[in-house]
Amino acid sequence: MAKFLFYRVLQALFVLVAVTLIVSFAIRLTGDPAVMLAQGAGSITEADLERIREALGLNQPFIVQYLEFLKGLFTGDLGRSFMGGTSVSDLISRALPATLGLALASLVISIVVSIPLGIKAAVSRGKWPDQLIRIVSLVGLSFPNFWLAIMLVLLFSITFNLLPPSGLEGWQSFIMPAATMGIILTATNVRLVRTTMLETLRSQYIMVARAKGLSNSVVLYKHALRNCSIPLITYFGLQFGGLLGGIVVVERVFNWPGLGTLAFDAVAARDYPVLQGVITVLSLMIISINLLVDIAYGFVDPRVRKS
Amino acid sequence: MSSQFPRAEAPLQAPSSAQPPLLSVESLDIAFGSNRVVKNLSFDLHAGQTLAIVGESGSGKSMTSLAIMGLVQYLNATIGSGRILYRRQADAAPIDLTQLSDKAMRKIRGKEISMIFQEPMTSLNPVYTIGDQLTEVLQLHGDYSRASARDEALRLLRLVRLADAESLIKRYPHQLSGGMRQRVMIAMALACKPKVLVADEPTTALDVTIQAQILAIIRDLQKELGMAVIFITHDMGVVAEIADHVVVMRNGEKVEEAEVGHLFANPEAPYTQALLAAVPTLGSMQGQTLPRAEPLVVFDGEKVVTQGEATVQDTVRVQETPVVSVSNLVTRFDIHKGFFGGVSHRVHAVENVSFDIFPGETLALVGESGSGKSTIGRTIQQLQASTSGEISFSGKPISRMSRVEKQALRQQVQYIFQDPFASLDPRKTVGFSIAEPIHTHGLMTGSKRIQQRVDELLERVGLRPEHARRYPHEFSGGQRQRICIARALASKPKLIIADEALSALDVSIQAQIIHLMMQLQREEGLAYLFISHDMAVVEKMSHRVAVLHLGQIVEMGPRALVFDSPRHAYTQKLLSAVPVADPHHRRQHLLLEGDIPSPVRKVGDEPTVHPLDEVAPGHFVATT
Repeated sequence: MAKFLFYRVLQALFVLVAVTLIVSFAIRLTGDPAVMLAQGAGSITEADLERIREALGLNQPFIVQYLEFLKGLFTGDLGRSFMGGTSVSDLISRALPATLGLALASLVISIVVSIPLGIKAAVSRGKWPDQLIRIVSLVGLSFPNFWLAIMLVLLFSITFNLLPPSGLEGWQSFIMPAATMGIILTATNVRLVRTTMLETLRSQYIMVARAKGLSNSVVLYKHALRNCSIPLITYFGLQFGGLLGGIVVVERVFNWPGLGTLAFDAVAARDYPVLQGVITVLSLMIISINLLVDIAYGFVDPRVRKS
Repeated sequence: MSSQFPRAEAPLQAPSSAQPPLLSVESLDIAFGSNRVVKNLSFDLHAGQTLAIVGESGSGKSMTSLAIMGLVQYLNATIGSGRILYRRQADAAPIDLTQLSDKAMRKIRGKEISMIFQEPMTSLNPVYTIGDQLTEVLQLHGDYSRASARDEALRLLRLVRLADAESLIKRYPHQLSGGMRQRVMIAMALACKPKVLVADEPTTALDVTIQAQILAIIRDLQKELGMAVIFITHDMGVVAEIADHVVVMRNGEKVEEAEVGHLFANPEAPYTQALLAAVPTLGSMQGQTLPRAEPLVVFDGEKVVTQGEATVQDTVRVQETPVVSVSNLVTRFDIHKGFFGGVSHRVHAVENVSFDIFPGETLALVGESGSGKSTIGRTIQQLQASTSGEISFSGKPISRMSRVEKQALRQQVQYIFQDPFASLDPRKTVGFSIAEPIHTHGLMTGSKRIQQRVDELLERVGLRPEHARRYPHEFSGGQRQRICIARALASKPKLIIADEALSALDVSIQAQIIHLMMQLQREEGLAYLFISHDMAVVEKMSHRVAVLHLGQIVEMGPRALVFDSPRHAYTQKLLSAVPVADPHHRRQHLLLEGDIPSPVRKVGDEPTVHPLDEVAPGHFVATT
């Protein structure tokens, strides 16, 4: 297991270097930030632009800039924003908890709801609870997330005035954005849990467990669920990565002070250091999640632990 | 009952019928929707008795066992009518298990009536340790603390003769062999000292030597614990070996019920007579030098019909060049382990194997799992590359053949696989599948002529020309295997490699396919490489036999010599493990100990090659 993890960490580092390299390079293809910054300042000469570039360190060769960035990554200094010169690390450390909290809340909601529902659907396969769960989940799948978000705001903030419509002001603020993403995730996850569970319930060892005289809930939640969770963990891990990327839309709608909003603004302003920082942090998180998934495998499945 | 037979076992009679039966199945009906799979079934089981329920696929025997466990609803089947009466105490009034609530049934299930399943590889939950799974049932039904449950689990593992119980208890199912897993299953089933043990084909998926061990364990423990056993099987040999009383089932109905000695001596129902006639019995060819195609005894639904006549299979043409010559064949597989793809272990599937097959000859390769018998077949068919050694076809080494010649070989050598369900394309008509080799090798042109050839081939294997337009799912297993044979014949091969081609078939079907294969050999002069683990079938079919152990031939020679006077210890062990379909010949399996060895070795740790010694003309035995 230790050897296995060592290789995985090594692989993760390679991936990180590759991602940052691609990101830094690609951003620079989108245009000159000096021009962007100089806009609205009246008459600008080429010499002025050159001075701005020099101040921002943009006049150096790409490889030097990249190495500077990598060095900063290890010292925790991701540079300063082109807009206002705030430290990128500060910006990210303020936005990260909001995004992470929201993503985690959405995932937890979807897991907590979809596992029992998926199991119920599998157990009552073909009967009415199964049909109902499948129809409802299909409806849930069909909503676009921004539309769902707007509907929730209309209902709970404007009509009933129960929840804050936007921003992050205490735990009530989490409810609607997390529910928006949670509902859509749940719709997919219920179906996934159902299929995986049906597969597992066909196994001989489930019949053996029943033949031991175990109660239905022990058979389902002890014997079947743990076997089911092997494919589910992979999927939930991948989903978390996708969630971090997809969070931008929901953050915009709810004006959520997270990484999504930060990245959106940075793109608009061609604020390289911020964008580069956000994407690096996001990739780092996705890579760590995958590492965690690999570790979780080892805990759940003894067959992985061996090798 | 005659007393001239030496017998190692207790009397075959059921215990005195003065005692009321422990379990009575009365007019039981089980159905999947409107499809009745068990019809009006009744039988009694007495304390301490072993009742065998025997039947072929679709007979409803497994459903019956699940009904006794109260588990049919999990397969979406329902008990239509009938009772399953169970007496918890000898003097108490019986309770009807079919009427019990699930909660009440759970108190009996696994505790008083427990079950062993067919497939040991999938019967244990892969994510829990052996210890967890054993203590679970102990703590569920008994009054055990964690520590005392563990001690009891250790005792149970020793009871089923598993060595090193201390370490086993911490291991996971994937770390155990099939035989070990089945013992763990038995330990689990016996954990609460049940009154009734239901064993559903518990040895079918196991090698014969392991089967013999498991049967011995079940028999010994039954005596020790005084349980009644319901033994579900399709294997008459196993029935003769273990049962006191037998219920024969067909299509969901009981066709006959009798005491075991009586059933084998005087089967009354025509179906039982046909079934028994179809069972290949080890030793039936004693004293005969050549294989003999016996007349087929078939049950046509009402009565027993005998088809064909006995024919001696004198088809070998030794004076000709061998169809195939294998010399010093070695086939190894690397097992990749480690980050940089380094090889740490190798499977030594075939080690230094040499043999010839002459035109018209059947050479059988026998051995247990991992003996390398299938790898040899695949290497000859060029489905698998050899590590070293040479294979020649009609005298020409494969290494000196051009690509065109190698392609032509695929026409001359055909393969029939074990699973007739998986080896036909479900989306193509049977006619298409049979015609395919004719097209591929360009053997014929003109769709009319090809169509005619397909019709001819279908008739050749006992099917009808109009079957060509149908799809594989419309046929039974036996019919599909006939189709596979027709497809193999389509390219006019010289050699057919039959890799466990009869293993998945019911005995009555098996007998028909054996008959067909022997008939085709006489008429077409075919040579067969017959790969099988079933010694009794091998005895019936083959001219010569090669016994494989860990990739090496340990004994090879004319069938009569290898079977009647086996010289190598491993051949003797294999033969002694085969259950004989004669209840008067129950044997003690003194030769059988331990697990099947693995052909996986560390890189650099080469196995010793045992040279063969000719002990009689054509009879070779490995020197140790």
